[in-house]
Amino acid sequence: MEKIVKLASENGILIMSKSSCCLCYAVQMLFQDLGVHPLIYEIDHDPEEKEIEKALVRMGCSGPVPAVFIGGKLVGSTNEVMSLHLSGSLIPLITPYQALSNVK
Amino acid sequence: MNSASTQFVPSRRMGIHEPIHQMAMWGDFKGLDTSPPMILEVEAKLDNQSEDTSHGIDGPSNKYDQEASKPADKVLRRLAQNREAARKSRLRKKAYVQQLENSKVRLIQLEQELDRARRQGLHVGGALDNSQLGYSGTTNPGIATFEMEYGRWVEEQNRQISDLKNALHSDIGDVELRLFVESGMRHYFDLFTMKATAARSDVFYLMSGMWKTAAERFFFWIGGFRPSELLKVLLPHLEPLSEQQRLDLCNLGQSCQQAEDALSQGMEKLHQIIAETIAARLLGDENYYQQIGAAYEKLDALVRFVGQADHLRQETLQQISRILTTRQAARGLLALGMYFQRLRDLSSHWSSHPREST
Repeated sequence: MEKIVKLASENGILIMSKSSCCLCYAVQMLFQDLGVHPLIYEIDHDPEEKEIEKALVRMGCSGPVPAVFIGGKLVGSTNEVMSLHLSGSLIPLITPYQALSNVK
Repeated sequence: MNSASTQFVPSRRMGIHEPIHQMAMWGDFKGLDTSPPMILEVEAKLDNQSEDTSHGIDGPSNKYDQEASKPADKVLRRLAQNREAARKSRLRKKAYVQQLENSKVRLIQLEQELDRARRQGLHVGGALDNSQLGYSGTTNPGIATFEMEYGRWVEEQNRQISDLKNALHSDIGDVELRLFVESGMRHYFDLFTMKATAARSDVFYLMSGMWKTAAERFFFWIGGFRPSELLKVLLPHLEPLSEQQRLDLCNLGQSCQQAEDALSQGMEKLHQIIAETIAARLLGDENYYQQIGAAYEKLDALVRFVGQADHLRQETLQQISRILTTRQAARGLLALGMYFQRLRDLSSHWSSHPREST
């Protein structure tokens, strides 16, 4: 879906979220703890919420939220983020964006 | 009072109807009365009357001679009151005995349930009133299944622990040892699968930890053990470690802690949201079912959280096993198994030996 692709490419780290979703909030807290500030896009405040959900599912996101994009690519939902972090692979992915976020 | 004739039914214990015998019967049932005011009232009446009749104790004939001169209806009234009071006393006794019988039946039922639960490997308290039987196991088939399966899981766990102990003390090769490690890991993963199914049946039950022993519950975090605690428990038993391993385990510990913290914060938010949903618009019951429905939806999020926490546990175990050698992993699994076994034994000992109040 174009909207998603556009958002993902414009923001180093993007989390597609819902305002009521507490797992999304958990993932957000994790990124904050790691020193980055992803863009949180709350799809339940978007009129095209249902389309976005379907698109995320088609892209392979099990949530469908949270859906985490790093460097324009879909990383996955909570499971994938946690697995990456425990294996030590998440930090290298976000390092390029740590400095940038601070500049903002 | 009603006509004396309908109530003038001599009890088995009385031969001839005499006021003195009535009073004897009263004394027997004094302790069983369930409506003290009435007893006192009637006994007060009787006490008043006993003073009258005691004069006539010299001989029945004298008493009746004396009473023949009093108004007859007063006597009849007294006798009727006696009978009424005695009848009520008998009814109360009957009700009390029935209550005792019911309690006895219930007690037998509970003991049977407890016995059944123990045989299924559940760890329940030694005394019935130290009740860890607060689960809905008997009414929810999904949970009943889970409890049964968990009981078997614990038995299998104990078997694996002793097999692992023997394997490590023998001169078994790494290839064979790896098999033990892998089946040990798979056993934990099986539990997570069981829990996922149970969470869909009753997530509150799973999160309450009622299916685990008391000491395990003490350390509970979102439906199970804390992954970061795991590492801390295992670390001393994994030595000697290489520098790289030490570094990797340290990093794993940090990532694990961060992931846990994130989930904990998510849970807090969920608590808040559910509380707000339930507390919204309390006054004004036209929204009642809507409110309940809204809260219900939020509870689905709990199922996801338990799943996420279990996923973290599984990932932690897998990462640990990747960092360690086969032999170290085997020692780690053994240490972990014995740690949980100790918690279970502690709980069992604790509940069957209640501490005396000082």
